[in-house]
Parts: sequence; structure tokens; C-alpha cells
Amino acid sequence: MANFNEVFDRWGGLIWESTLATFQMVTISLLISIIIGLPLGILLVITRPNKSFDNKYLYRTLNIFINVIRSIPFIILLFALLPFTRLVVGTSMGVRGVIVPLVVYTAPYIARLMESALLEVDKGVLEAYEAMGIKTKDIIWHVMVREARPSIILGITIAVIGLIGATAMAGLVGAGGLGDVAYRFGHLRYEPEVMYVTIIILVIIIQVIQTIGNILASRAKKD
Amino acid sequence: MIELKHVSKTFESKHQQVVALNDVSLQVNKGEIFGVIGYSGAGKSTLVRCVNFLEKPSSGQVIVNGKDLGQMTVEQLRAARQNIGMIFQGFNLLKTATVYDNIAIPLKLTGVPADQIKEKVEKYLAIVGLSDKKAVFPNQLSGGQKQRVAIARALSHEPEVLLSDEATSALDPETTDSILSLLLKINRELGITILLITHEMHVIQKICDRVAVMENGQIIEQGHVIDIYTHPENTTTEKFVSSIFPSDIPIEIITELEKQGPIIQLTFVGPSADQPALSMLSKQFDIHTNILSGNIVQLKDQPFGKLIAHIKGAKVETDKALNYLREQGVQVSEVKHNG
Ligand SMILES: Nc1ncnc2c1ncn2[C@@H]1O[C@H](COP(=O)(O)OP(=O)(O)OP(=O)(O)O)[C@@H](O)[C@H]1O
Ligand SMILES: [Mg+2]
Repeated sequence: MANFNEVFDRWGGLIWESTLATFQMVTISLLISIIIGLPLGILLVITRPNKSFDNKYLYRTLNIFINVIRSIPFIILLFALLPFTRLVVGTSMGVRGVIVPLVVYTAPYIARLMESALLEVDKGVLEAYEAMGIKTKDIIWHVMVREARPSIILGITIAVIGLIGATAMAGLVGAGGLGDVAYRFGHLRYEPEVMYVTIIILVIIIQVIQTIGNILASRAKKD
Repeated sequence: MIELKHVSKTFESKHQQVVALNDVSLQVNKGEIFGVIGYSGAGKSTLVRCVNFLEKPSSGQVIVNGKDLGQMTVEQLRAARQNIGMIFQGFNLLKTATVYDNIAIPLKLTGVPADQIKEKVEKYLAIVGLSDKKAVFPNQLSGGQKQRVAIARALSHEPEVLLSDEATSALDPETTDSILSLLLKINRELGITILLITHEMHVIQKICDRVAVMENGQIIEQGHVIDIYTHPENTTTEKFVSSIFPSDIPIEIITELEKQGPIIQLTFVGPSADQPALSMLSKQFDIHTNILSGNIVQLKDQPFGKLIAHIKGAKVETDKALNYLREQGVQVSEVKHNG
């Protein structure tokens, strides 16, 4: 107990700050990634052969593009994107600097997760709405996305967890965060307590997020 | 109301072509219930789906309410579809929306003013008898109730035509009957023309005025239900009709009985089905009758019955008896044992 208090006194402030930094990075890049990823997921579904906006070229291009980005590990993406990041946000350092690679990494992932969520929607329901003379854009939003909500929520939960993992590398561009603390203090300076505390915090965060995701998804399901 | 002129539909997949509809012509009059029956793969679904252009015909014309669907712009087609309701075997409701919202959402999306939506939803939920289920989600409903919601959803757009693609095929016999009664009710009370497809003769018999029999993408026979029942011309039609009247009498029995008098098939239509014609026979003539099989069913407007009976007695007497039956309006034909 004394040990814990000691760790807390020495590192509490730092750990709290890094937790906030992690939250900040995750929230901002998640929001931007959803804004980009959800429409991409929709596009992947509706440009498929025999779907409402059947477009072979757009579908294939998008597919390859997403696969290419998804095959690059985050740590490499982080460095490969440095010039691009500087161009977009003016710096490649700090939280601002890490948002760009985080989004580039997460948006295509979310697009894939959205794609598979949307493909699960019962074709018959979409058809029933088509038969009622409802506009395709309304069918996409009010039927397809609506019915896919439970899977979309689970998908986003998975994406958040992946995103938290990726932020561990944000320290490399000076953005801080829990992963950075664990690495710098726990590993480089050999303060194992700090590492254990951060691990425990990360485990708790992941558990909570997954639980919330599951609850929200099953609420959206209405069974 | 609905007119199909030489409609064909070919599905092209990588290695083969499937001709689902082959030069189908059909006319459904305003206010009638028209049934299409056929075995699996006959092209029935493709046919109804052509009526609202969920499936675009490869050739031919589809005319609904005087307008050719093939000539329409996207916008015109959407407007036309709002006048053509459709119900499905799988109900196709939103799982994530309440019964109320399942009807209200499409109304909202088709531009019905907000203040009319509530009124309409309640009106049509009352018609299908589900006013107390407004706040319930589809997963908490039985199949029959789900289909009622789907019917209310279709009716809420106040269409002139309702298409039904095997709407009762996923339901048990009792629920099927209640849904069929509901369809009959909306046909009579709201004057909605119904085109339904099914593979069950029972459905045709209960509510249809006219019927078309489909096989291999073609209509092989069509007419008033009663005519199809009494004079089926095609073997497939005969099979459907006899699915209602199973009469497999072993050949040995027929051969044996024929020695003592004719075996006849009696077809009763309308009023003659109610009269005890057969029991009168043995009182008036010196014969004995023995019923081998039989069934009377209620068609939409009249009863229809078929009996197979053996008449035992001298030829003079049996001939007189058969003539008497014919005079009573009963159709009589002899069952041949080699047939
Ligand atoms: N989208 C499609 N692509 C390719 N072939 C199709 C398609 N839809 C239907 N077919 C084919 O067209 C034929 C007629 O199918 P349809 O669904 O109209 O039959 P059905 O009479 O409704 O049968 P069921 O009673 O099984 O529903 C079948 O051979 C079927 O395989
Ligand atoms: Mg079918």
C-alpha cells in the first residue's frame, strides 16, 4: 500500500496527463475517421456489382487503396506520412502531428468494418423500401445504416481499441500518452511500477470500452 | 389495372442464361384478386417483381393504371411505385423500429406531412387489427402479426394495387387463413386490386377471382377459378386442382367395382353442391351408391365439390340415375380404370 502511494505521489500527475492525452488523440482521430470511414464503407457497398450505384472502377480502386493502406503497420505509416502530415497540419510533432497518421490508419479500417456491417442488412428490407418508391439516398441512410447500427457500434468499438493500441507509438513524435509513459519510464528508465500502472489503466480502459460497446449494440438491436 | 404485354425476362450470369419469363401476357382488372400459381422456379416472383419494376423486363411492356412503367423517368417510377403496394414472404420489416415506426418511417420518406402520419398509422393498424402493438418491435411478434404490419405499411400509402409474393408461405394454415381473410377484406372494403402469387391451390381457391398457372416462365392456362377447377386443360393445372381433391383409389378396387356398375366422378358447382343429389338417387332408382372419395370446398363465391362414387345396379337403372344427376346441374363423368 505504501508502495502504491509512493508510486502515485511520484507519477500520478504524469499518468493522469498521459491518460488525458491518450483520450484526446483517440477521440479526435476516431471522430474524423468515422466521418471519412462510414461514407467509404457505404461507397464500398453501393458500388458493388449489382448494387444501386454499381461502379466497377470506383469499387476496385477503393478496394485496392484501402488494402494498400491497411497493409502498412502504423509505426511505418507514422514515418512515411511525415511530409504529408506537415503539409496538412503544419507540424508533424505533438498531438496535432499524430492525428493525421492515426486517421489515415483508422479510417480505412473503419471503412472495412462499416462495409461488413452494412452488408449484413437484409436485402429484402431494402427491396421493400425500393418498392415503396423511396429515394435511394433515404434507403441508404434510413434503412441500411439504421438497421446496421448494432454491427456499426461493435465495429467502432473494435476500431477504438485498435486506435488506443496505435496511440502507444505516438510518443515517437512527441505526442505523449499512456503508451509513451510506459515505454519511456517503464522501459528506458527502468521504473517497472510505472509500466505496471499504465498496463492496468489500459486494461481497465479497454474492458470498459468493450463493455459499453456491447451494451450499446445490444440496446440498438431491439430483440 | 395491371397489364403485361409479351413480357420476357432473361437473367444473364457468367456462364449461362436463365429465361425466367418467356412472353407472358396478362391482364388484371380493377378490383379483382388475381392469383398466379406455379411450382418453384416457374418464374412467379420474377413476374410480380416486373409489375413494379423491381425487376426490369428484358422485353415487353408493363402497364399499371394506364401508364407504361418502361417509359418512365426515375422520378415518375418512384411516384408510380407509391401507388403499388407490395408484401413479401419474409415480411421485410425494420428490426430496429417499432411497429408504429415501421409504418411511419416510409410515410415520412415519401413526403407525407407530419400531421397526417399519426392518423394514417393508426387507421391502418386498426384495419389489420394491431392497434395494441404500436410500441412493440417486430421480433416480439408472430409471423402472422408481422405480415399484418407489412400489410398495414403497404396500405398506408393508399395504393390502388397490392402485389403479394408468397405472403402466406411462411405461415401455418390457420394464420394463412386469417391473412387471406384480411386480404379479401381490404379488396372488398378498400377496393384494392390484388395480384398474388403462391404455390398453394388453397390460397387461390379462397380469395381469387381469376388464376393463371405458370410453368417454365410461361402462363400455360388462365381463367376464372371455377372454370380452372371444373375444366383443367393442362396436366400441371390438373395436378394443382387434384392437390385439393386427393382421390387415389387403388386400381384393383376400380376394376373389381366396375363389374357391378359404373364409377363416376361428380362435380358440383354452386347451388348443386349443397343439395343431397346423391342420396336422392337410391330412393328414386333401383341402385345403391357408394362414395369412394370426395370433398367440397368453398371457393371465393360458391361452393365446389367433387365426389367419386360407385353406382351399383342394372345398366338401365344406372343410366337413368346419371341422367337425373345431370338434370340437377351436376357434372358427371365416368372414371376409367385405365386412365
Ligand atoms: N436474380 C436472378 N439471377 C439469376 N437467375 C434468377 C434470378 N432470379 C430468378 N432467377 C431464376 O429465374 C427462374 C424463376 O425464378 P423465380 O424466383 O421467379 O421463381 P418462382 O416461381 O418465384 O419460384 P419460388 O416458388 O421458388 O419462389 C429460376 O430459374 C431462378 O433461378
Ligand atoms: Mg418466388
